[in-house]
Amino acid sequence: MSTATQVPAPPTAPPPPRRPGRARGRLARRQALAAWGFMLPSLVVLAIFVVYPMTQALYLSFTEYNVIQAARWVGLANYEKLLSDPAFRNALVNTLYYAAVTTPVSVGLALGLALLLNRRLPLRGFLRTSVFLPVVLSLAIVAIAWSFLLDPNIGLLSYWLSKVGIVSEQGWLRDPNLAMPAVMLVGIWKNVGFYMVMYLAGLQSIPRELHEAASIDGAGAWRRFRRITWPLLANQTMLITILAAIATLQAFDQIFVMTRGGPFFQTETVVMMIYRVGFQEFAFGYASAISWVLVLLIFGLSMGQLAYFRKRTVTY
Amino acid sequence: MAATTAPTRAPAPAPVTRSPGVVRAWRIMTLVAVLAIAAVMLLPLVWMVATSFKPEADIVKFPPSLLPDQVTLQHYLDVWDRIPFARLYVNTIIFAGGVTLISLLLDSMCAYALARLAFPGRNLVFVAILVMLMLPFQVTLIPLYDLLVGLGWTNSLQGLIIPRATNAFGIFFLRQFLLSLPRDLEEAARIDGASEFRIYRTIIMPLAAPALLTLGLFHFMYNWNDLLWPLIVNQDQARQTLPAGLALFMGQHVVEYGILMAASVLALIPVVLFFLVIQRRFVEGIATTGIRG
Repeated sequence: MSTATQVPAPPTAPPPPRRPGRARGRLARRQALAAWGFMLPSLVVLAIFVVYPMTQALYLSFTEYNVIQAARWVGLANYEKLLSDPAFRNALVNTLYYAAVTTPVSVGLALGLALLLNRRLPLRGFLRTSVFLPVVLSLAIVAIAWSFLLDPNIGLLSYWLSKVGIVSEQGWLRDPNLAMPAVMLVGIWKNVGFYMVMYLAGLQSIPRELHEAASIDGAGAWRRFRRITWPLLANQTMLITILAAIATLQAFDQIFVMTRGGPFFQTETVVMMIYRVGFQEFAFGYASAISWVLVLLIFGLSMGQLAYFRKRTVTY
Repeated sequence: MAATTAPTRAPAPAPVTRSPGVVRAWRIMTLVAVLAIAAVMLLPLVWMVATSFKPEADIVKFPPSLLPDQVTLQHYLDVWDRIPFARLYVNTIIFAGGVTLISLLLDSMCAYALARLAFPGRNLVFVAILVMLMLPFQVTLIPLYDLLVGLGWTNSLQGLIIPRATNAFGIFFLRQFLLSLPRDLEEAARIDGASEFRIYRTIIMPLAAPALLTLGLFHFMYNWNDLLWPLIVNQDQARQTLPAGLALFMGQHVVEYGILMAASVLALIPVVLFFLVIQRRFVEGIATTGIRG
């Protein structure tokens, strides 16, 4: 009776082959040996390039380190600095602002588009492809085109917007008030198709009879949406919102290309700050401490996602 | 009421009684809405392609226009000299292609053990992979860079590829798929004394082809498009991949509009072609996993 069609529920492990006596022990041992052999290459790579860096990041966050000189233990100094650093507060506020705007807007637009595309529609395939296409493209590269679209001298969009009264003398990306909306717009444009596809899968799992029965009983379109579609999409909405929030907290590509975090750090997000502090100022210890704040934010959301997978069934 | 057998399209409930005029007006309105949404979504791409064919004078004229007055191929010729474009392209193909192939092999081997073999410690390994899946990779960037410096692997292809030779998401994705295959498939072969590697290669992998193809697409797209990782591994611009190389070139030569747009078009073409050819599989992969590559 489950509806959502996400990752198949973590299925139960296959039972160990039941065989009598000694043969069973030998077979089990042989299989265990083979299993570790199969996993060895992956586990080595993961240990060296994921687990070790992870623990090293924790260690470095308690040190002062710049690659050239050996790391020097400074205790909690980096974390104390975080609390009082206006640059970090700025980056955190920018990140949360970016997430708080783009997450609901992307999810809302995705739902609207999915509802539209779930109907009989002229040019439906064309519309679906147009909305989904940005998902597969390199955000860094399409952000170059967006920069030119918003350029004060050659930008077509910038020109059109000035016609309707949204004027920016120094250009959108150099305007402290408009730079953030610009990178948000690009972020939404890039991801809305992704969430739309997830919503479409959810919509198609709603049995048609429910809508037909409600129609016969005289329920209008809005009422059917409010009483049937929306409640049955609740799980989908929950999952999509968490995924969108996790993605927005990691915003980097279009910001790097379009503004480099400027003007006046107005678009510097946490990941942008890790990049600047780590790879331009080479304050590796401090940058590691910042990255652990990101881990905490995202891990919290991921646990929510896991809880969702645990009880993701709705019955109707 | 199983979800998987739900109809692929739920048609709008038939409108009750409406005059033909209203129906026609409604139809025109939806058509206009559809075209408007598509135009908004495609505007940056149309602009990119159009600008890449405009002569320099046409690009900077005021007011700007969408379509070129004249068409020139000059930018497509210049891009090869002004940017080490061929190098960037080859680097990106080797990086994205190499990661995809190696990762498919390693991911599938690990997933095979986790899904089809019984051994003590299996749950522990699986939980560890789930945890890695949930941690943002940005936290590993600084120690990874430090490690690559220590190995002398910065500015190198192995420095780009080997840390990505396997991937928690890929292992998780394939494990879930392999668990769905019936259990008795390989039992007969096992009783006949076939080695586990033989079972993996000749029985399980052919059945996993659709999942491998989907995952391969995700890996390829993700790495082809990635910015942050190549940006950090390589300082040398000639060793960059396309997204990082073009982003850096733009930072230094802001006004080379035509060349940058031509380079962007060429850089996007492989992924767009891939996508248009196998759109359905791509979209299904996302709809069923909820995770982008």
